[in-house]
Amino acid sequence: MAIKDYIRERFFPHIWCPGCGHGMVLNGLLRAIEKIGLDKNEIVMVSGIGCSARISGYVDFHTLHSIHGRALSFATGIKMSRPELKLIVPMGDGDALAIGGNHFIHAARRNMDMTAIIINNRIYGMTGGQHSPLSGYGTMSATSPYSNIDNDFDVVELSVAAGASFVGRTTTYHTKQMTDILGQAIIHKGFSVVEIMSQCPTYFGRKNRLGSAIDMLEGFRKNTTPIGSKAKQKDPDLIERGIFVRKKMPEYCDEYDKIIKRAMKGN
Amino acid sequence: MVEPKLKEHVINRNWCKGCGICVYFCPKKVLELDAGDKVVAKRPEDCLCCKLCEFRCPDLAIEIITDQESE
Ligand SMILES: Cc1ncc(C[n+]2csc(CCOP(=O)(O)OP(=O)(O)O)c2C)c(N)n1
Ligand code: SF4
Repeated sequence: MAIKDYIRERFFPHIWCPGCGHGMVLNGLLRAIEKIGLDKNEIVMVSGIGCSARISGYVDFHTLHSIHGRALSFATGIKMSRPELKLIVPMGDGDALAIGGNHFIHAARRNMDMTAIIINNRIYGMTGGQHSPLSGYGTMSATSPYSNIDNDFDVVELSVAAGASFVGRTTTYHTKQMTDILGQAIIHKGFSVVEIMSQCPTYFGRKNRLGSAIDMLEGFRKNTTPIGSKAKQKDPDLIERGIFVRKKMPEYCDEYDKIIKRAMKGN
Repeated sequence: MVEPKLKEHVINRNWCKGCGICVYFCPKKVLELDAGDKVVAKRPEDCLCCKLCEFRCPDLAIEIITDQESE
């Protein structure tokens, strides 16, 4: 399998629990990169902290395992200095939208060319199952033992409102769609967000009595539907999958280059 | 297009964690977990080469090699 050329085999088997969605995202992402034919040396993967963030250790690209919530900030710095490189930033829901929420909305607003992947397992896996801003009302976690009273974000609506120029959503069950959307997001010039609904069987699954990883994957199949489907009209609770936004907008590094040129002329 | 023909299931027993995702989602029930909770191809003759197991494996532990794979 050619995707093996993209990983650091010496670090396998990986640390994720049996059935964890993070490995499925790694699998789909490697296939997307293989399909669009990127060279390893063109890619920089930047991650923060969390089970999900460990993904950067396993890929044989340029990689940076940075600090919690700030992966996009590190990525911004790299992109500003080396705009020819492709930035891929996988984040957990906590990493991206709890501690990293402010960085996330402003990165989206700037429209710098990079791909933010939000692996949404609705919990803090790494630290033992505390609730996240994506857990949602009524869910159980280590920090909401009598059930959570916080409402959750809608990652897609939040990203659209913050100004991302590409916004997609899929799940770990829908592997072909995952590979397809990730590929398109990486090719898109501008700030791309892909939400991947994923399973943490160890904490979110267990605390919410959702069964095994397999049962959770079946849940993604049953509870989601393609954008604009008839099923959605019948059952508004279904979560839509697909590409919600894809628009051409001025890209930040390009604009910055223009500013440099304008400033040089002024001298 | 000619249907791909199975050459073999390449299973990395060191990487497989026995989650059973491939076993459950295989449309032809080709795969099983053995006594050590590692996947084995029990009925390879039924394999459709759809590669759903390979695409879904969280551990990158199973690979379908067909006669159409270029070396
Ligand atoms: C500044 C800082 N605050 C808190 C932590 C502790 N911490 C480590 S990972 C994590 C959350 C992980 O959850 P998520 O980002 O959703 O990823 P997952 O583990 O579920 O993949 C937290 C709070 C930290 N490492 N650094
Ligand atoms: S704790 Fe949850 S998120 Fe972390 S590796 Fe295990 S299943 Fe995955």
